[in-house]
Amino acid sequence: MDNNQTIFDISRPNRFAGAQIPEMGSLSDIPLHFLRDSSPCLPEVSEIQAIRHYTNLSHQNFAIDRNFYPLGSCTMKYNPRGAHRAANQPGFLNRHPLTSVETSQGVLQCLFELQEILTNVTGMDAVSLAPMAGAQGELAGLLMIRAYHESQGEAHRDEIIVPTAAHGTNPATATMSGYKVAETKVGADGDVDLEHLKQVVGPQTAGIMLTNPSTCAVFERQIVEISKLVHDAGGLLYYDGANLNAILGKVCPGDMGFDVLHLNLHKTFATPHGGGGPGAGPVAVNGRLVPFLPIPIVGQRNNQFEWFGSDEIPNSIGTMSAFMGNTGILIRALSYALMLGREGMIRVAEYATLNANYLAKELEKAGFKLAYPDRKATHEFLITLSDETAKFGIRAMDFAKRLLDFDIHAPTTYFPLLVPECFLIEPTETESKEQLDAFVHAMSTMRMEAQTNPRQLLDAPHHQYRKRLDEVKAARELDLTWQPKSKKTAQTK
Amino acid sequence: MPFIPHTRDDVSAMLQSIGVSNVEELFSEIPSSIDRADLSAVPRGVTEMEMLRVLSERAKKDEVGPCFIGAGSYDHHIPAAVWDLASRGEFLTPYTPYQAEASQGTLQVLYEFQTMMSSLTAMDVANASVYDGGSGLAEAILMAVRCNRRNQSKKILICGAVNPFYIQAANTLVRGQGIELVQGDLSNGTYAIDLSEGEEVCAVVVQQPNFFGLLEDVDEICDWARTKNAMVVAVVNPMTLAVLKPPGEWGAEGADICSGDGQPLGVPMSSGGPSFGFLCTKLQHVRQLPGRIVGRTTDRAGSLGYTLTLQAREQHIRRAKATSNICTNQGLLVTAATIYMSIVGLRGLGNVASTCHSNTKYLVDKLCKSGLVKKTFVEPFFHECALDLSCDAQIVCDMLLRQEKILAGYALGRSFPEFQSSLLICATERRTQAEMDRFSETLLNACMSLARGQ
Repeated sequence: MDNNQTIFDISRPNRFAGAQIPEMGSLSDIPLHFLRDSSPCLPEVSEIQAIRHYTNLSHQNFAIDRNFYPLGSCTMKYNPRGAHRAANQPGFLNRHPLTSVETSQGVLQCLFELQEILTNVTGMDAVSLAPMAGAQGELAGLLMIRAYHESQGEAHRDEIIVPTAAHGTNPATATMSGYKVAETKVGADGDVDLEHLKQVVGPQTAGIMLTNPSTCAVFERQIVEISKLVHDAGGLLYYDGANLNAILGKVCPGDMGFDVLHLNLHKTFATPHGGGGPGAGPVAVNGRLVPFLPIPIVGQRNNQFEWFGSDEIPNSIGTMSAFMGNTGILIRALSYALMLGREGMIRVAEYATLNANYLAKELEKAGFKLAYPDRKATHEFLITLSDETAKFGIRAMDFAKRLLDFDIHAPTTYFPLLVPECFLIEPTETESKEQLDAFVHAMSTMRMEAQTNPRQLLDAPHHQYRKRLDEVKAARELDLTWQPKSKKTAQTK
Repeated sequence: MPFIPHTRDDVSAMLQSIGVSNVEELFSEIPSSIDRADLSAVPRGVTEMEMLRVLSERAKKDEVGPCFIGAGSYDHHIPAAVWDLASRGEFLTPYTPYQAEASQGTLQVLYEFQTMMSSLTAMDVANASVYDGGSGLAEAILMAVRCNRRNQSKKILICGAVNPFYIQAANTLVRGQGIELVQGDLSNGTYAIDLSEGEEVCAVVVQQPNFFGLLEDVDEICDWARTKNAMVVAVVNPMTLAVLKPPGEWGAEGADICSGDGQPLGVPMSSGGPSFGFLCTKLQHVRQLPGRIVGRTTDRAGSLGYTLTLQAREQHIRRAKATSNICTNQGLLVTAATIYMSIVGLRGLGNVASTCHSNTKYLVDKLCKSGLVKKTFVEPFFHECALDLSCDAQIVCDMLLRQEKILAGYALGRSFPEFQSSLLICATERRTQAEMDRFSETLLNACMSLARGQ
C-alpha cells in the first residue's frame, strides 16, 4: 500500500492505543510555571494503525535481508540473526548501565573476550570498545595521537596527513580534534604518491590516516616505506578500519606499522546497519598509546571482571559517551566472532576477495572498464563508466538508479572523486556466485539499454515507490517537519 | 562454512574465470615482508546453538530484580510491537538512506521522527540523531560555538547539575577544539544565577529536570543568558516534555539548541547503549546542525517523497570543513522511538511522564515519613529525587543488591564526593506498589542496621 500518508495524517483527536496507556499520575505538586500548556504534535492512532503504517513503510526499503547490496566501503554482508537473538536476551537488554560489577559478570565477560579477539586480529596490544561508531573511533585515535605527542613534549605537531582519496570522515575528524589537514596525492596506480608524501611529511606532522586496502580499492604496496617515512619524521600511523574485511585473518594492521586503528563492527563484524546505525568503532593501539586509551575498559582483578577507568588509566583521553559505548552491538559482534572462529575469520577475507576479483573479471569481460586494470581487486574494486557517459550520455548516477529496478542496491557512486563516473563495488563474502552473475547480467542489460533505449536509464528508477527525487528542491524549499494543512498554508502566505 | 555460500564447484569456476590457480594468488600484492596473521588467540568456531548456550548463561547471570536507578537510563515499558517492527529485516538491515528511491521507508520514519522531536521540544527542526546524550551535548556545544557570532569566547558555563556522564564525554569530545567547560556554583542542588559573574561565556548549558531531579529556573536562566549574549543549550529527557515546559518556550525567546538522550522513548537500557542522542534547534541555525537531516520533496512524477538534505554540512561532501565527523548514527533506535511515540501517542506519553513522577513521589513520601531519611535538596523535583540516608549510600546499594537483588538507586557520592550519603532514586511507570513498598522496607532496614553499626 502506498497512500502517501504520514502517521500524522492518520491521527484523529482522542484516539489512542488503550492497552499501552498507564494511568494518569498526579502533578499537583509541580508549580504551574514548570508545566507545559501547549500540546505536542504526537500521533493519536490505534495500535493496529501504527503497526500497519510502519510495516507498510518497511516495504519501501531495500535491505540486506531483501537485496544484494554491493555498496563499496560499507561491507554490507549478511547480519546473522543468531547474533541478534543473543544480544536480545533479557539479562543483556534490561541491564542498567550503572549496575555494580558483581551482577554484571556476564556482560563484562563478553566485552572482555571481544577485546581479546579484536586485539589478536588487529595485531595490536590493547583495545577499547568505547567509541560508538567508526567516526568516533577516528576521533579517539587522533586524540590519543595528540596526547602521545604532548606527553613527549612535542605539542607543536599540528598536522594530520590524509590522502586526497580518503573517506570524508578522515579530514573531518582531523578538524574536530583540532588538527590541520595536509593532503597527499594518490598516484596513477592507486597507491600513495611517495615522492609527494616526502614533501608533505615534516616536523609538524602528528600522523597520517590511511586505509589499507586503500579507498581506491587496491592494496597499498608501499605501506612499509610509508610507515618508515612517517615514523622517522616522528609521526604516527592511523589505520581507518573501514576496509578491514579485505585482510581479516590474512595480515594485521599492527604488522604493517600502524600505531592505532578503529574497526567498524557494523562492517567487518556483521552487525546490522539499521538504516544508519547503530555502529560500534572500537580502537586498537600498540604499546606507546595504551596509556591514553578511552575509558572504560574491561579488566580482570581477583578472578573478577571489572571496569578500568581513570584510576587505572589516569592518562586516558576520557569517556566517549555517557556509559559504555554501544554494548548491544558489541555483544552481536562477539556472537559473530564466536560462530566464525579463527578458521572462519580467515575465510572472510579469502571469499570476499574471491568474490570481488571474480566480479571484476566478469564485468571486464562484459566490456566495463576497471579503474585499475593492472591491479588485483581487494574485497572491492572500482569501475569507471566514463566511456558510457562520453558515448551515450549516461552517467554513473543513471546506472545506479536503473540498477534498483533489478532489485539490486546501487554500488557506491562518485567515490573516490579522483576516478570519474565511478562505481565502488563490494560484493562481500556472503554472496553466492549466482548473485554475482545476476549483477553482471543487470549491468550488461543496462549497457545495452544505454545504446538502444537511453530513457530507460535517464528516467530510472521505474519500479520503485518513487521516481527520482528532486534533491535541489529539498534543499531550497526546506520541509523538515510535518505541519497541519491549515498551518502550512498560513506559512506560505 | 558459516555464512559463506560457495560450493567447491563455484570456487573452481570462479578461480578459472579470474585466471589464477588458488585464492592465495589474489593476495600477491601484499608485500611478503609483512608477517602473515596469527589468530591463535581466537577460539575455534561454534554453531549458533552452542554460541547461544554460552551467551544465554551469561545473560542469565546478569538478571536482577526491580530497578530504581535512573541517572540517565530508565526502565520503562516498551510496547511489544515496537521491537517486533524495528527488528524487521527491512528496518534492521539497510544502509544509511543515500539512495532515496530505495529507502523511502526509513526516510519517512526519520521525517516523522524530526516532526515529533521538534514538537516535543518546541524547536523548529531536529536532526536524525547523534550517538547518545553525552555526544549530543558535545555536538550541541560545538554547534553553539559555531553559531554565536556575537561572542567569540570558547568558555561554556554549566548551569546547575547537568548529568556528569554527559559532561565527562563532552569534555573528551570538544577539548581538541580548545573549548573549556566551566561548572557554575550549585545552591541547594540548582543553579543560582551569579549576577557578579563577569566572565564572557559563549553558551550556557542547563538540564531540566537536572541530574538530581530538581527543576531549574530555566526561564530566568534563559533570559539572563541573553543579556550576556550567550547561547542557551538545553539538556532534556524527552519523555518529561509531554508535561514539562519545552525548551523552545523557556524564557522570552526559548533555548537555542536542545539535546538529550532518547532512551526513554522505547529503547531498552542495554547497559547504556545503543541508545540515541537527539539535537533540535531553531530554523536559523539549521545549517550548523550536524548529522543527517531528511527533507520532504517531490519526485519526477510530482509525488511527495523524502530524501537526505542539506548534505553540504556533512563530512562526505565538506570534508575538513564539515559541521561534524559523524557518519553512522543511531538510526535503528530512532525507528524504534518513532514507533514507540506513535503507539503510546499523545495521551500515553503524558501518562507515562505523570505516572513516573507520582510513583517516585509516593516512594519518596513513604521513605521520608519514616524520619530515617530526608530529601537532600528542597523541592520541586520531577521523576527523580535525591535522598539523604545519613549513611554511606553505596553501602546501602550493595546491601540491597546482595540481599534482595534490588537496584536501589545511584549513590551520588560516585560522582559528587560531597553527597556521599545521598541516593538518587526513580520509580518509573513499571514499578508496582508491591515493589515500591518492598524497596522502601528493605532500604529503611538497611539504613537502620548501618546506623546500629552492623
